[in-house]
Amino acid sequence: MNSAPRSDDSQAIKESDSSMGYLGADYTIKSWLLTTDHKRIGLLYMISITVFFLLGGAAASLLRLELMTPRGDVFGSPDDYNRSFTIHGVFMVFFFLIPGVPAVLGNFLVPLMIGARDLAFPRLNLMSWYIYMIGGLFTLYALVAGGVDTGWTFYTPYSTMFSNTQVIAAALGIFIVGFSSILTALNFIVTIHTMRAPGMTWLRLPLFIWANYATSLIIVLGTPVLAITIILVAVERLFKVGIFDPAYGGDPLLFQHLFWFYSHPAVYIMILPSFGVISEIVTAFARKKIFGYTFMAGALLAIAVLGFLVWGHHMFVSSQSMYAGMIFSVLSFLVAVPSGIKVFNWTATLYKGSVSFKTPMLYALGFIGLFTIGGLTGLVLSTMATDVHVHDTYFVVAHFHYIMVGGMVMAYLGGLHFWWPKITGRMYSEFWGALSALTVFIGFNLTFFPQFLLGYIGMPRRYYEYPEEYQVLNVMSTAGASVLAVGYMMPLLYLLISLKVGKIAGPNPWAASGLEWETASPPPTHNFLDTKIVTSGPYDYELQEYADSHRAVQEQGIV
Amino acid sequence: MWEFPLFPDSASTFAPKVDALYIGLVLISAAFTFAFAFFVLFFAVKYRRGSNADRSNIRDSSPLAEAIYITVPTLMGIGLFIWGAIIYFELISPPADSIEIYVTGKQWMWKAQHPEGSSEINELHVPAGKPVRLIMTSEDVIHSYFIPDFRAKQDVLPGRYTTMWFHPTKVGRFRLFCTEYCGTEHSRMGGWVTVMEPSAYEAWLEGSSETNGLAAEGEALFRQYHCSGCHGANSTVKAPPLEGVFGGPVPLLNDPKDPQSGSKIIVADERYVRDSILRPMDEVVSGYEPLMPSFAGQIPEEDLLKLVAYIKSIGRGRAGRTLSDRGMSEGEGASSNITDFMGGASANGGTDQ
Amino acid sequence: MSSASATAHDNTYGQDDTYLYHHFEDLQQQHESSSLGMWAFLSTEVLFFGGVLGAFAVVQTLYEPAMKAASEHLDPILGAYNTAVLLVSSLAMALAVRAAQLRQQRNTVLFLVATIVLGSAFLGVKAYEWIHDYHEALIPGINFDLERYPGRQILFWSFYFTLTGIHALHMIIGIVIIAIMAVLVQRRWFTGGGATQIEMLGLYWHFVDIVWVFLYPILYLINQ
Repeated sequence: MNSAPRSDDSQAIKESDSSMGYLGADYTIKSWLLTTDHKRIGLLYMISITVFFLLGGAAASLLRLELMTPRGDVFGSPDDYNRSFTIHGVFMVFFFLIPGVPAVLGNFLVPLMIGARDLAFPRLNLMSWYIYMIGGLFTLYALVAGGVDTGWTFYTPYSTMFSNTQVIAAALGIFIVGFSSILTALNFIVTIHTMRAPGMTWLRLPLFIWANYATSLIIVLGTPVLAITIILVAVERLFKVGIFDPAYGGDPLLFQHLFWFYSHPAVYIMILPSFGVISEIVTAFARKKIFGYTFMAGALLAIAVLGFLVWGHHMFVSSQSMYAGMIFSVLSFLVAVPSGIKVFNWTATLYKGSVSFKTPMLYALGFIGLFTIGGLTGLVLSTMATDVHVHDTYFVVAHFHYIMVGGMVMAYLGGLHFWWPKITGRMYSEFWGALSALTVFIGFNLTFFPQFLLGYIGMPRRYYEYPEEYQVLNVMSTAGASVLAVGYMMPLLYLLISLKVGKIAGPNPWAASGLEWETASPPPTHNFLDTKIVTSGPYDYELQEYADSHRAVQEQGIV
Repeated sequence: MWEFPLFPDSASTFAPKVDALYIGLVLISAAFTFAFAFFVLFFAVKYRRGSNADRSNIRDSSPLAEAIYITVPTLMGIGLFIWGAIIYFELISPPADSIEIYVTGKQWMWKAQHPEGSSEINELHVPAGKPVRLIMTSEDVIHSYFIPDFRAKQDVLPGRYTTMWFHPTKVGRFRLFCTEYCGTEHSRMGGWVTVMEPSAYEAWLEGSSETNGLAAEGEALFRQYHCSGCHGANSTVKAPPLEGVFGGPVPLLNDPKDPQSGSKIIVADERYVRDSILRPMDEVVSGYEPLMPSFAGQIPEEDLLKLVAYIKSIGRGRAGRTLSDRGMSEGEGASSNITDFMGGASANGGTDQ
Repeated sequence: MSSASATAHDNTYGQDDTYLYHHFEDLQQQHESSSLGMWAFLSTEVLFFGGVLGAFAVVQTLYEPAMKAASEHLDPILGAYNTAVLLVSSLAMALAVRAAQLRQQRNTVLFLVATIVLGSAFLGVKAYEWIHDYHEALIPGINFDLERYPGRQILFWSFYFTLTGIHALHMIIGIVIIAIMAVLVQRRWFTGGGATQIEMLGLYWHFVDIVWVFLYPILYLINQ
């Protein structure tokens, strides 16, 4: 097929430096800020979410330092501590975890993986980044103008009637950033429906695409509910109407229902794309088709659907009715089943594979371990009787950090290392990569495992001061956090350094399968120089294994 | 320095049950985690690139394996759900003979009021070996009443009553926390629950009572807020008498504005009494005119609790209830429990207090 | 997707003169993408209104008497009139879409303007109702009179103004975009007559219309 340049992008296809692909199309700042190239927008997102990750991480470091000792010392007052954990939660959840994998890796890879030249709505895609930045600025404004002290959950009536901080500015920021994820999700849904290359049928889609598709569905159906909830909070705060505050006739539980209707599925917004990343990495480094492809894709959709039906398990002690609680509890157990399928099948994929331990694979193996612990401790929380005891304690904090940080951040870093050669055209230092994966894994467990123990012996979350008997475990957690911080700083440095000194990667350094590896690294502005025609399913590794002329395989004469 | 407990003190009848469930969950989780870790590492090493392991008959999927992945966790999950639900049901079903204590949360303190008139702040005294039911409300934001050593927790909401109960089995002082973030001093909104021998508790009650009891105070308030003007025996206004109402059925109009709309029966509980004072127009007793003005914003939460206590004291089957007949004899082997748990406590070494 | 004619994207302009963006294979793919994108956006909108309607349903069930008392201050006749106005505006919008597809530039502009007029008429009546509510001291946070409307009636009004407020905001956004479209069509800015764009705008307008068709009975009628 003809891929002659279009007239509307004559500037872009000058290809002043063809070896730099999309990166070399133009070097002006304007060409970045006005780009409609999904790859460049992915990079804009990468830079911005890194900034928010560092801000959120700085807040977390302060929190952990404060919690070294039972009495308050690092922060001048409890208010500063409360503002810090709020800003940590808001930045990490809304500005890092939710956009993380989809907006960076998804933006970059969705069109490449399905053989499209761009997302369906490139200008909408750019707009979503600007909306993200505007939302971010509002939230930053809230931070410098006095902070917010409600926690990222904005529970009413505290947030609407009692807090004296910048709730409206922060809420507005979150409202705005919600539109950014809605636009990205719309783009993904449409792109995956209408722009697949010839032959790329639904059952030939890489699982990363399925994962982003399922995520996009959740975003499109869940985020507007958060948006309207935030509007109601702002309206109540501004006009003192009684929607959530019982003093004015409202119902505070209504807020919790509406909030968790979005915010529980939001957990799956964070983790589903990670499932996609892990599936790509595990197959590439086990050199084997994913085990149970249809079940893996089905599990993603099942989680997306079931994820909408379990929000009430955040409210077992909120005085919601016992029968509601029982339904939410049993559904929460059921949502564990598709998650289990994922872990089982990744393990089975390793079986009889040809496993190599490059950095992305180390991150992926770390992910499987941490996600398993995070998921299984979720059972303690979905069992009503134990949840009553551990609800709102450090047990919950540990659990969701295992899922979000142990899960999403490990997968994000794994994916970043996996596709870094594709994104930049350069290889990073394998030694430093492996070291960072190991450091993050160890640091993470040191930080958060003690918090499970802390939670069960009763330490509530969001505590500025705590009884002395909890100190040992808190010190361990803080020590782990410092290791973790070092682990996170390492990739930041060696990945940047690799831009200058890294080896040229070539189109497919991992000998991985997938359309994104069939084009140059970095890819040209229009992704492919010819139209891709797909003739087989994803993860077609057996033939390559044969080509690798693996000794054992050859001896036995099988493929 | 490196000693820390894995479990909080076990000081209520819930504790051993919740701990057993927790241990069960942890064992299952650990079994899965180690199994996954083992297989992942075993496969990763055995099938590392360049190894001579047998790689014949590779399969891409196995419906049988998937069926097992789906059914085993599902059945296991349903089993755990049932186990958890049974205990949860117990956690939210107080026995009829519980001691009732009223708790008000506000930024940032807990106030407890005993029916006999004692009140205390950031403290709660209860007798060992008897079920205790807390009727709780908040004056401002959502709080949560948490006693780790009892494995008991309940959110405390403004504008409504929530209840929790526990059955302390061990004499001692146990930490009380607020677990729902409530603002600046959230981490300091806590205190101690003191579990006493029943006789010591009686003595404490008598020694600390400032008044004749909540119901008596409520009766005074009943006159002070002019409730008795209409609801009293000599009233000329036609208002429903309140004797014998609490705990019994009340016929309410389906449509409070329309006397002909037929009626539905509800049971008069704390919520009903509270709402009838604050929002009388929402629930009108069948056969009466909706005349009562709202007292919303005029009666503080603590006074409301006293009024509720008074209405309760003249309610069905509760009249004349005194401290002495409050079910000492009904405690189920409480004293033996006390010694059991006292004996087991030292194993936890240096937990708290 | 690509039942693509291989020649379609040799040219920036498709067979019928509509602009084809570089990343699409052909016009059909481009049109399908626009349409699916709009439908996905509308599903977001459904949940946006769905969230607050769900909350209202809870309140309505719990406090039916108060809701009933409150909604008596609404005039169902005005609501019915407004419903009729909006339905006719949807008809005008549908005719505008038809005209755009037939490349009848004059009629397209005419029907778009008719839609704007009818939409504005709706907003006018709505504003009249709100002013009336203001004089009756019914607006929470501004002048709500708790003495006159005791109990939980304020809840009804909180939801009433939130719901009609965000609906009116959607109407205003729609009217502004329609106005811009009308000017662009008038100036022949669209190479393809703007058929796709106006079709998508039509979907949005019909959606806003349907939201009102739900709001009217929920706010005005069920408590009568």
